Amino acid sequence: MKKSVFLGALTVAGLAAGMSAAATLDDVKARGTLNCGVTTGLVGFAAPDASGEWEGFDVGVCRAVAAAVLGDSNAVEFVPTTGKTRFTALASGEIDMLARNTTWTFSRDVDLKFEFVGVNYYDGQGFMAPKELGVSSAKDLDGATVCIQTGTTTELNLADFFRANNISYEPVPIETNAEAQQQYLAGACDVFTTDASGLAATRATFENPGDHVLLPEIVSKEPLGPLVRHGDNEWGDIVRWTLNALITAEELGVTSANIGELSAGTNNPEVNRLLGTEGELGGMLGLDAAWAKNAIMAGGNYGEIFEKNIGENTPIGLARGLNAMWTEGGLIYSPPFR
Amino acid sequence: MSDTHSQSVAFVRTEDVPPAPPPANATGPVKWIKDNLFATPANSVLTVIALLVIYMVLSGTLPWVFNGIWDSPSLAVCREMLNGESGACFAVLTERWNQLLFGFKYPSDLYWRPALAFALLFVAAAPVLFFDLPRKILIFTGLYPFIAYYLIWGGSIFTPLLALAGFVAGGYVYQRFVKGSFAVGFFGAIAAAVLVWTIGGFIIPSSEITEGAMQSVQSRDLGGFMLNMMLGVTCVSLSLPIGIALALGRQSSMPIIKYICVVFIEFIRGVPLITLLFVASVMLSYFFPPEATVDLFLRVVIMITIFSAAYIAEVVRGGLAALPKGQYEAADSLGLDYTQAMRLIILPQALKISIPGIVNVSVGLFKDTTLVSVISMFDMVGMIRGPILASTEWNGVYWELFAFAALLFFIVCYGISQYSQWLERRLATDHK
Repeated sequence: MKKSVFLGALTVAGLAAGMSAAATLDDVKARGTLNCGVTTGLVGFAAPDASGEWEGFDVGVCRAVAAAVLGDSNAVEFVPTTGKTRFTALASGEIDMLARNTTWTFSRDVDLKFEFVGVNYYDGQGFMAPKELGVSSAKDLDGATVCIQTGTTTELNLADFFRANNISYEPVPIETNAEAQQQYLAGACDVFTTDASGLAATRATFENPGDHVLLPEIVSKEPLGPLVRHGDNEWGDIVRWTLNALITAEELGVTSANIGELSAGTNNPEVNRLLGTEGELGGMLGLDAAWAKNAIMAGGNYGEIFEKNIGENTPIGLARGLNAMWTEGGLIYSPPFR
Repeated sequence: MSDTHSQSVAFVRTEDVPPAPPPANATGPVKWIKDNLFATPANSVLTVIALLVIYMVLSGTLPWVFNGIWDSPSLAVCREMLNGESGACFAVLTERWNQLLFGFKYPSDLYWRPALAFALLFVAAAPVLFFDLPRKILIFTGLYPFIAYYLIWGGSIFTPLLALAGFVAGGYVYQRFVKGSFAVGFFGAIAAAVLVWTIGGFIIPSSEITEGAMQSVQSRDLGGFMLNMMLGVTCVSLSLPIGIALALGRQSSMPIIKYICVVFIEFIRGVPLITLLFVASVMLSYFFPPEATVDLFLRVVIMITIFSAAYIAEVVRGGLAALPKGQYEAADSLGLDYTQAMRLIILPQALKISIPGIVNVSVGLFKDTTLVSVISMFDMVGMIRGPILASTEWNGVYWELFAFAALLFFIVCYGISQYSQWLERRLATDHK
């Protein structure tokens, strides 16, 4: 008897799920909170602090979207996901968007039916090895044991890199970044490979960071960015242009400090359009005119979020590098607000 | 004469010689050491080696523990304070103890609620575990699940009250009709409970359910050791009766019941628990609409319960098989029907035999609750592996956190094992 009730419930539920696929914006507004998928914890990118508040670089994107849509940067329900559960969580509608240092790849975009709305961090896969191992290049790593996080693009890049260079390696699969550090320090593997940002952050927490070197090879392109489901373009536009608003704000010099002053009206029409004092950009998205202003006030512009969470003055100490503004030789670039 | 006598004998002992102490090497610690540690050359060698190993372990760990730093805002400061010496950084425990115990999202001003539920758990469990206590406390045991639910999740008081009313109605109908026919009583009870829940759902205003008097806490906000305890206690107490029913079903002479039980047990035992957990967390959400998902906690409880029920069923079946056939025949010859025979003769003996096995499964199950960390639930291990190790302050602290987790789990598991040994002694009726 139980079984038939269960199957019946599944059928009904399946039908209902098919119908409620679109209109994420309405769902979010009705719910009053944004369900944002983040990692279960990655230093600087997303982790709850001592009082349980989520903070980090990816978290900043979630908060900006919540502020743009709902006007409240705290109206976010952070749903922690692992490398394995993140895509099912998004596909099944458990979360509205995923901001979890996820690499934009062809198959994820096309085959898994997701929509990457932009890139908030340009990363690349690197290697870290103990100094005493005496390697100066990743090509010297023939026969090395490599700690590698499962279910990630790094796993695949690693295989590609070693195959292309015709050298052998032995993978040591691990589940989380924290586990990888421990395994690496305990000597379970000769080399630890993950995104270069993660390596730098990890090395910064070692007792003797100087005993470990980052090898010069960057073996992959890892454009990390937020993503949403296929099929709801209105929602995808909102997330995309919220990210672009943060980037444009940095380019135009709009910061959380001067935004109050600038939103009174300026001589620069693009600033005015961005902050909603001119034009109808918010209305086109189905949001109110102050959407971008709210998004920027949530945690500052792109550069402020970067400096606060992973920048050079934090323990993680990442330089802007590729993630500098295009005006300063980086790749961070937003289409115009017009 | 007396003079001569007194002079002829130089000394007469008037009292007993006090017993001399045994030679130093035949008594006390010396003898014990000689007998137990250095009895033979081989023993002596082993003793020396063992002492060396103990010294090496302790000389490594004790300074680390006693040199520990209990007050520091981050690992980096900790290392600075230690200044290169070996020492633990227990400050992570003092700063994050609440997250380890309750998870990082449970509102901190409400910690008294799960703590009270935990304290009441002992009152509720006592009459079940120790049957010398007054039977009246069992009433509290029956109410406990509803009290604990209300305390931990909060929300409207009508939810647990309505659930309780359904069970009471079901129980009443069962009592009333079971005399006539078991089937009528059983299905009547289910029908009555469902009826009460449905009617109650219409009567109670929905605003009351959503708001309620006590601040409500979402299931996904639960975490830490609290989550392990909740999963462990709920799943053990649910899987025990289900497991017994499955074991009896597997021995049933009715083919359909028998094969349903066999297939269920064999299927569940053949699938790893982690697979079931992934099904619970990931696959099921494909079938439910985004807004109407079954609570994740409930899904996990169901999966762990059916998993351990299958194992307990096999343990109980072992107990049933160990009983001599004469016991079944004796029950039949007394004219007892199936229920009476099982309740009065077979199960008390079979369960007594199964106690070590059941305890084994329960301890294993309690530790298996840490597996929920792989489906991004923040139990104790999930808290450590995720948020705490990923915070900028505490990235890189491992031993202190995992030692703390091991300590808590050890206390609980050792307690369960000691209780089971007491229970075996208490129930020992054979004369050895």
